[in-house]
Amino acid sequence: MQVENKKEFQPKIVAFCCNWCSYAGADLAGSSRLAYPADVKIIRVPCSCRVNPMFILRAFQRGADGVIMCGCHPGDCHYTTGNYYARRRMTLLFSMLDYLGVEHGRTRVEWVSAAEGVKFSTVMNEFVEKIYSLGENVRLEDLRCKES
Amino acid sequence: MEVNQVQRIGVFVCHCGTNIAATVDIKRVLEAAAKEPGVVHAEDYQYMCSEAGQQKVREAIKEKQLTGVVVCSCSPRMHENTFRGAAQKAGLNPYMVEIANIREHVSWIHKNIEEGTEKAIILTRAAIAKVMLNAPLQAGQSKVVKRALVIGGGIAGIQTALDIADAGYEVDIVEKTPSIGGRMSQLDKTFPTLDCSACILTPKMVDAAAHEKITIYTYSEVEKVSGFVGDFQVDIRKKARSVDMSKCTGCGVCQEKCPSKKIPNEFNRELDNRAAIYTPFAQAIPNVPVIDRENCIKFKTGKCGVCSKVCLAGAVDYEQQDEIVSQNYGAIVVATGFDTIKLDKYEEYSYQSCPDVITSLELERIMNAAGPTKGHLERLSDGKAPKSMVFIQCVGSRCADERGKSYCSKICCMYTAKHAMLIRDKYPDVDVTVFYIDVRTPGKNFDEFYRRAVEEYGVHYIKGQVGKVAEHNGRLLVQGADLIDNRRILMETDMVVLATAIEPNPDVRKIATMLTASIDTNNFLTESHAKLRPVESPTAGIFLSGVCQGPKDIPETVAQAGAAAIKVVGLLAKDYLVTNPCVAKSDELYCNGCSACEKVCPYGAISYEDREVNDHGIREVRRVASVNSALCQGCGACTVACPSGAMDLQGFSNRQILAEVDAICR
Ligand SMILES: Cc1cc2nc3c(=O)[nH]c(=O)nc-3n(C[C@H](O)[C@H](O)[C@H](O)COP(=O)(O)OP(=O)(O)OC[C@H]3O[C@@H](n4cnc5c(N)ncnc54)[C@H](O)[C@@H]3O)c2cc1C
Ligand code: SF4
Ligand code: SF4
Repeated sequence: MQVENKKEFQPKIVAFCCNWCSYAGADLAGSSRLAYPADVKIIRVPCSCRVNPMFILRAFQRGADGVIMCGCHPGDCHYTTGNYYARRRMTLLFSMLDYLGVEHGRTRVEWVSAAEGVKFSTVMNEFVEKIYSLGENVRLEDLRCKES
Repeated sequence: MEVNQVQRIGVFVCHCGTNIAATVDIKRVLEAAAKEPGVVHAEDYQYMCSEAGQQKVREAIKEKQLTGVVVCSCSPRMHENTFRGAAQKAGLNPYMVEIANIREHVSWIHKNIEEGTEKAIILTRAAIAKVMLNAPLQAGQSKVVKRALVIGGGIAGIQTALDIADAGYEVDIVEKTPSIGGRMSQLDKTFPTLDCSACILTPKMVDAAAHEKITIYTYSEVEKVSGFVGDFQVDIRKKARSVDMSKCTGCGVCQEKCPSKKIPNEFNRELDNRAAIYTPFAQAIPNVPVIDRENCIKFKTGKCGVCSKVCLAGAVDYEQQDEIVSQNYGAIVVATGFDTIKLDKYEEYSYQSCPDVITSLELERIMNAAGPTKGHLERLSDGKAPKSMVFIQCVGSRCADERGKSYCSKICCMYTAKHAMLIRDKYPDVDVTVFYIDVRTPGKNFDEFYRRAVEEYGVHYIKGQVGKVAEHNGRLLVQGADLIDNRRILMETDMVVLATAIEPNPDVRKIATMLTASIDTNNFLTESHAKLRPVESPTAGIFLSGVCQGPKDIPETVAQAGAAAIKVVGLLAKDYLVTNPCVAKSDELYCNGCSACEKVCPYGAISYEDREVNDHGIREVRRVASVNSALCQGCGACTVACPSGAMDLQGFSNRQILAEVDAICR
């Protein structure tokens, strides 16, 4: 049934961005008109350390094809140490996801400062391209969550 | 799907002129929003943020009894507060507002209407899903302690303190060395007007000392900082001076009579010596000496005590102890200034081996009447007057390798022109050559100043770098290149002056860590916004003044010092600050008291208390986490660390974020 109405692959990509650096970097990409694919949808969090691995698992379960987490550069965290926690947590989570069949390419951590609109756009372009090359994610997806 | 039946959501879609409307089909967004469960109202407007737009929001809240608002517009960083304000005016809790960013994150980057509209719809759905789970939050209030602390007593710190004090607030200055004044007190004359540094600095030092609202702690350091904007608690260590400030008359007899006189004099860049009991310079404020205990014979051997015997005022006190003063402040200004970099990695200039190769700051002292040579220009090796001098600019600045600094120190072009001019003026027969990469003179009357050095004073400027300086028959041999004439240069000279790069005071790392203020890769303190908030640190309540933020000359330092002061005054003028209510909260029923959250909190906001809880009818006393909402900054680190899911962040709760994820992946 799914195969029949299969449209062109349109990935779902969730980007968690910390309020102080990366979300501001995304705003800067916007005001500098630096395009990246519309497949990326940003969720604002106060700090990268607010990103609970549960959120990422849920995204994959709900059919996300890629999840990227962006925070302030190491040493620049608005809350001093938040991104260090985030980095450690994500390293663990991503290797576990890889083990579960969600390839490393579908998850990514990037440090983007409020001044790095160009970097934000470049990273998103790269990431989306990667997801296109990996195709649809079917490993963790819970089909009961699919809208018919 | 779980829908909170009581929620009544209104969606407001902004055109932002054509900024959004050109690439997002507003009508389709409205239609899609109206279909979402819980949405009872959807409308669009040209400019939602305008007074007319805000009025639409207010009216709809009242008429439709909205319990939540979603505005689809520009970034929340732009207008979240505007719409929160509008909601509040209409009687809705301001935290029941969410923004869907369909400008910066949609219309400005996606030129395809189909794609843009679709994404705008999805972001709107996510915001609706989130606002459904919002809960009204109450911003707390915290009291503002109407006093300020300035760390560093250079010209930056002095000016900031004077400006704050003149506005009527109490200021404390904490200065590490025995006197305020900073680098400026070491300078001889200052560009661009060539007035004597002491003549313009000393009156300001005196004003600061005499000001009834200013307290100066010299020979003191900040030891501990806790608290937050509006109420910082600071411990200041007043190092033992060994001289009683209240008794000393500043006569100076002790310094004359002290037998331990062979101690390198920091103030004169160690070009001469000082006594173990000393004031750094004659105009020092306070004019009370300190005993350098490491070099004092009395402290080393127990014998001597000469200063105590000669002091008629009986001020010398060998028993004095360090003292910790605890104070509260509403705001803290960092003004810790700079030093010149160490030159040990630059062997090619022979700075370490030849006394006649000096830094510009050393030259300032040599030219100064109170300096090691009483103001006579002479070679430190043999005391002879030089016939020729070479200045080398950009030593360690704009440096590609890790020996130096990548940035431009900004002041060296100008002070080198100053030095060259002063020397040609006082000693017209000394030949002066300057090697430069570029001469950078942006500033009022700066280029004119440099041109005077070349045109009126006959200073030779050579574009090119110096590869080596070496001792040669009692003189110095300089090998360099002239990049304009494309030739190698080999010249003999009597003195070489290195315009050495400046760097933030090495202490600044410690200070920044204590204040949780950020510093950049070069250790300069970072400002909150490079263009729009240049004197505020990203950490609330911390302000930046002077060279600790980036290279500056005196006029710029003073301007920035005043700017920092007005920001402090703006803060201290408030009686209360509104605190961010998006703070962590732990659910005592789930908390198992494991301490995982406490360990990750960077603000020490979490403590534990034994509390009686009612767990489904069972009453028992449990050790549970409790968040101090005044200390919590709302980062959320604890929420992820919590293994039992007890800790959550208000305004960014687990359920809210999951709802957004679900809406996006739908
Ligand atoms: C060779 C040379 C020549 C110059 N000539 C000129 C000129 O002609 N004209 C001009 O406009 N500018 C000139 N400048 C630049 C000028 O010196 C600076 O702009 C000015 O001194 C900056 O003042 P500041 O208060 O920011 O820093 P500083 O003068 O460095 O003052 C910082 C103060 O903070 C104190 N401090 C540091 N750390 C701590 C701590 N942890 N706790 C407490 N206190 C601390 C220091 O002891 C010092 O007193 C020259 C600079 C140099 C190097
Ligand atoms: S300590 Fe005594 S001798 Fe020394 S300057 Fe003060 S009053 Fe004079
Ligand atoms: S949210 Fe951050 S600041 Fe607040 S209690 Fe948790 S860890 Fe501490």
